[in-house]
Amino acid sequence: MRIAIIGFGSVGRGVAEVLIEKRDYLKRYLGDYKVVAVTDSKGGVFDEEGLNLREVLEMKRRGSLPKRITSIEVVRELDFDVCIEVTPTNIENGEPGLTHMKECLKRGIDVVTSNKSIAVAFKELMKLAEKNNAHLMFEATVGGAMPVIKLAKVDLAGNEIISIKGILNGTCNYILSRMEKELLPYEMILEEAKELGIAETDPTYDVEGIDAGAKLVIIANAIMGLDAKFEDVERVGISDLTPEAFKVALENGYTIRLIAEATRDYLRVSPRLIPLNHPLAIYGTLNALEIETDLAGEVFVIGRGAGSKETASAIISDLICLSKSLRCL
Amino acid sequence: MLTMVVELEDKPGQLIKVLEPISKLGGNIISVTHRRDEITPLGRIPVRIAVQIDEKKIDQLIREIESRGVCIRSYNRVKHTVTTSLLLIGHIIHTDLRSTVDAVDKTGFAEVVEMRIVMPELNKPSTAFIKLSAVNDEKLRESVRILKEVCKAKGIKVIEPL
Repeated sequence: MRIAIIGFGSVGRGVAEVLIEKRDYLKRYLGDYKVVAVTDSKGGVFDEEGLNLREVLEMKRRGSLPKRITSIEVVRELDFDVCIEVTPTNIENGEPGLTHMKECLKRGIDVVTSNKSIAVAFKELMKLAEKNNAHLMFEATVGGAMPVIKLAKVDLAGNEIISIKGILNGTCNYILSRMEKELLPYEMILEEAKELGIAETDPTYDVEGIDAGAKLVIIANAIMGLDAKFEDVERVGISDLTPEAFKVALENGYTIRLIAEATRDYLRVSPRLIPLNHPLAIYGTLNALEIETDLAGEVFVIGRGAGSKETASAIISDLICLSKSLRCL
Repeated sequence: MLTMVVELEDKPGQLIKVLEPISKLGGNIISVTHRRDEITPLGRIPVRIAVQIDEKKIDQLIREIESRGVCIRSYNRVKHTVTTSLLLIGHIIHTDLRSTVDAVDKTGFAEVVEMRIVMPELNKPSTAFIKLSAVNDEKLRESVRILKEVCKAKGIKVIEPL
């Protein structure tokens, strides 16, 4: 298996590290694999005989990659079997990720991605993949390490997915669970989350429910067969929540969490009252999802929604799926 | 379930005349709301009481309360079986709380059966925990939709249950 890694931020480096560290174990599934190209936003390196990933990681540690090849050149011209597309999400127009993925799929190259930009053009990408006999795998776009897509498509195969609801943004869940415990104002807990690196300097994507909304669209399209777009999501963020709201909720046996919910009638991301003993009343940066099915009833998953190794876990599982050694496609 | 509005004189020892018979007949009091701003020309205060009680005992309860000299302005048996809780955040009082509650109550199929308001500081948003009751799930969803609409117009944020 010849792999190209497009995007070399925290996720891309996490994947590279796992490909080095677990080589003997992964070879059993993937066969003898090599990474033939690695690019970031400024440049990239390639070697059709296979790159020395340790050296590439070292180059990145010292700065950016040498400008020997660009992402576009890799996806248009280089010979390889699987593209790991892990550039940042752009919910406006999906670029540059969408172009990378489309170019690969057009050439019949399988794509594994963590890029939530696929929410912008989900159906188009799926059709393109089908037409060119390629696969687009995206377990890493939702819920980080938490299994969702393959859980529903493989393990719950034969079930109709009636609805989904859950916690798809670890940053918001951290802020809300801290507000619940400390009964402190939102602004104060947000500052704390920034200092801990849990929230970004500009937290809009997370706290306004944009990130959760994009993930919701991907899940709803992928496992419920909807044709939903990001604009279809009704969104309410968490920045208006007050300590008093938590106080009153707690006195009545509830807490508040940002819940992403999809049914056949609507898609919604909003703060909701949750009984304290409900499985979705989880704490810290965890993610969780309740999948309502016709045969299996409700199925719950809880897991780590972000992190370099955690996201790599989802990407590696997609890679193994593509190798067909597990027969999950 | 029974809701009634009684008129009580504004002096100590009046409410007990209503609560005693309820307790004697094994009723469970859901809410008691004094409507002080609706004081009657005779100086009586309307008090709205919601009680969970055995259907068969309602007539006896009404007789017992009236025999204590209390004026029952109105009462109705409501077969409200489903309830849900919501949080409202915003300027709840200053945007005419009464009309917010009435929007649900006047539907006839749902009502606000409990409300607890916390006001942190003057001019800061307050928080209300509201319990709605309705005749069935569909009507309950409808009443939540109505409440959301009213709150949206008033700039009040509604936090729905799961």
